Amino acid sequence: MAIDWSQYRAEGFYDELVDADGRLRPPARVLCEYLAALSGEELAELKNAAELAIQVMGITFTVYSEGHNIDRAWPFDIIPRIIHRREWERTQAGLVQRVRALNLFIQDVYNEQKIIKDQVFPGELLANSRNFRQQCVGHTPPLGVWAHICGSDLVRDKDGTLYVLEDNLRVPSGVSYLLENRSVMKRVLPELFENNTILPVDDYATQLFDMLASISPRPLDYPEVVVLTPGIYNSAYFEHAYLAQQIGAELVEGTDLLVGEDDCVYMRHIEGLRRVDVIYRRIDDWFLDPDVFNPESALGVPGLMRAWQKGNVGLANAPGAGVADDKVVYAFVPEMIRYYLAEEPILPNVPTYLCMHDEEREYVLAHLEELVVKPANESGGYGMLVGPKSTAKERKKFAELIHQDPRNYIAQPTLALSTTPTLCDDTVEPRHVDLRPFILQGEGTYVTTGGLTRVALVRGSLVVNSSQGGGSKDTWIVDLPDAPGANQQ
Amino acid sequence: MLSRVANNIYWTSRYLERAENTARIVNVHGNMLLDLPSRLGVGWEPLLAITGSGELFYRHFRNADERNVVRFLLTDTRNPGSILMALASARENLRTTRDIIPRESWEAVNDCHRFARERAESITKRNRYEFTKNIMRVIQQICGFLDGAMSRDLAYSFVRLGRYLERADMTSRVLDVRAANLLPPVDRGDEASQDPLANTQWMSVLKSVTAYQMYRQHMRFRVTGPDVLKFLLQNREFPRAFLFCMDQLEGVLQELPQPEAALRRVARLQRRVQSADVHALAERGLHEFIDELQIGLGELHGDIDALYFRGTPAPAGD
Repeated sequence: MAIDWSQYRAEGFYDELVDADGRLRPPARVLCEYLAALSGEELAELKNAAELAIQVMGITFTVYSEGHNIDRAWPFDIIPRIIHRREWERTQAGLVQRVRALNLFIQDVYNEQKIIKDQVFPGELLANSRNFRQQCVGHTPPLGVWAHICGSDLVRDKDGTLYVLEDNLRVPSGVSYLLENRSVMKRVLPELFENNTILPVDDYATQLFDMLASISPRPLDYPEVVVLTPGIYNSAYFEHAYLAQQIGAELVEGTDLLVGEDDCVYMRHIEGLRRVDVIYRRIDDWFLDPDVFNPESALGVPGLMRAWQKGNVGLANAPGAGVADDKVVYAFVPEMIRYYLAEEPILPNVPTYLCMHDEEREYVLAHLEELVVKPANESGGYGMLVGPKSTAKERKKFAELIHQDPRNYIAQPTLALSTTPTLCDDTVEPRHVDLRPFILQGEGTYVTTGGLTRVALVRGSLVVNSSQGGGSKDTWIVDLPDAPGANQQ
Repeated sequence: MLSRVANNIYWTSRYLERAENTARIVNVHGNMLLDLPSRLGVGWEPLLAITGSGELFYRHFRNADERNVVRFLLTDTRNPGSILMALASARENLRTTRDIIPRESWEAVNDCHRFARERAESITKRNRYEFTKNIMRVIQQICGFLDGAMSRDLAYSFVRLGRYLERADMTSRVLDVRAANLLPPVDRGDEASQDPLANTQWMSVLKSVTAYQMYRQHMRFRVTGPDVLKFLLQNREFPRAFLFCMDQLEGVLQELPQPEAALRRVARLQRRVQSADVHALAERGLHEFIDELQIGLGELHGDIDALYFRGTPAPAGD
């Protein structure tokens, strides 16, 4: 069946491509009209072509529970999510501001702790923080930067406002899919790129390498940069291999590296040992160095922390950066921006109730049915309570969890996540989406053009995580020559 | 190149060579038995000896009959050297080196493994030939992809190191088991070589390493024990002859960094094989001689491991 946009409605939600009156938003017009001109058969062909491209290109992700069959094709929808360039530029500025403040915060809490002394941030939060690393106290990494790669999740509410939902500062993943989604789209719908001003995404690899090179302890033209992966069974292994290839770095596992007597890091090459300058590590702090953290870890490198503390190797992200990747700390980011930068936050936080505060906790416990409750340190959508969809039994369980460990829980209103048209069987239907842009901070700050749009493929679902049945879309930042609202057709 | 990656590629290449060789000896042995009267009592045990898996076999089976031995060598998951398990190991190793090995060969290994797994339960005496032929064909195809699509860089060097070391190992094992049983303790002269049954068995020794046709072209007369030994040990043109494999290893090692220790080992093996008196060996001492070669190959592997793999753990399977 061909697409009839006049039949498309996203009742009660903000839709990214179609406005409340059913009119196509200006940046989406060329795309939507193109799609409407296709027959049902042609649409099905496009869909198949995209699936084939994904298989041929070997774009996969890994699911833990499937035993030996660990590679799955990446679920992808061919209808892109579109954002106007002007809106994006403002968003970019907001993300840059945010990551700068976050880095200043991390540097501060591991050193002078001015923000605590000035009573802007409660010091007792650090004592209970699962990601605060005592081993990092007093240390300043190169450039004073801790979170070099940040993936922030943005969501749009009913009224069209983009909120920051969380900042992933440990080992955020997804950027490879952002890049690969674009290459799939260019293969499948090349004509749309000719007739639209869609900003390119592909300088990410160059930016990533330059950022990594900027934290090298040795001033070389081509420092030895490696990507450290936990290995083939990790859910993001595809991305690790992809990024290593894109930036021309060696993809290494813990057993490939060793720390020498000179406290420098080396990799075992067939020619002998070769010094490593920068490690883009994709394993968690806890597994990084069995001498310092988890002694059982076979993924890490004994002595790595020592080498890093002596400044002999760059680690991105720096150990301990996760202290700011905590849903309680998140609530303080707007204050951090005001405190460190003396600026007003450009991007708002989602209103957040902290269960550590008595009054807010009472409110949360009285309104569990309306709220989303999240533990401070989980990612991937695990361990959450979605109030409106919960059972009485689940709410009771969460009330107990909150009582036992109030510091570990926050609650937020259930957002009416925006939707975007998605090809479902033989028609388009609205599906909920979020957006994860990636921010790089080295000497300067870089934000990807757009981000990874994740889509909840199940009707009505709000869960976009690929580990839980989500898919993704290409994200277009479209430049329009006209003033907004001007209708030239 | 990372030591772990080199190690992976080396073992992948060995596993593929091993799977192909195993398919071939099962095939040839079955054919030979059809021509031999059962009173000779050759049976299937020699295959266990060639693959060095007798001990493991008897842990799981009582009788070395056709059904058990064939199953054990082709598809038994308890035998890490079975074709199915060798392919599984090759596949696991390639998974992490997919960006280095040409895509087609990864897909072919994947496919070959799937084929072996699907057929595992349904191999009969009748369709066994088709199974082994298909395994050999696909592995040859994989080698073709590797030879045709890989740059002649370090990765390719490790493909060849694994291939020729495993191949030399197999040729020497075939000679050891087969020929040692065949060679009479005292020279029976023409009488032995005219014995049609002995002839059949010598031919199968050649066929076990696809050498029959090339032997005929090269030697131009009937198949005799010393000539087979000479051909399979000392020939420098036939790709499964021991000396040929050593020459290849010498060439590959020269492309690698600091190969001196390993090169010395290869040179010693080359000298030992070249100077062997095949007529004397045909009479006595073949087993001891091959033992020496086997030890040399084991040490060569140890050298390669120490020089290039640097304590990275051996990958899947072995």
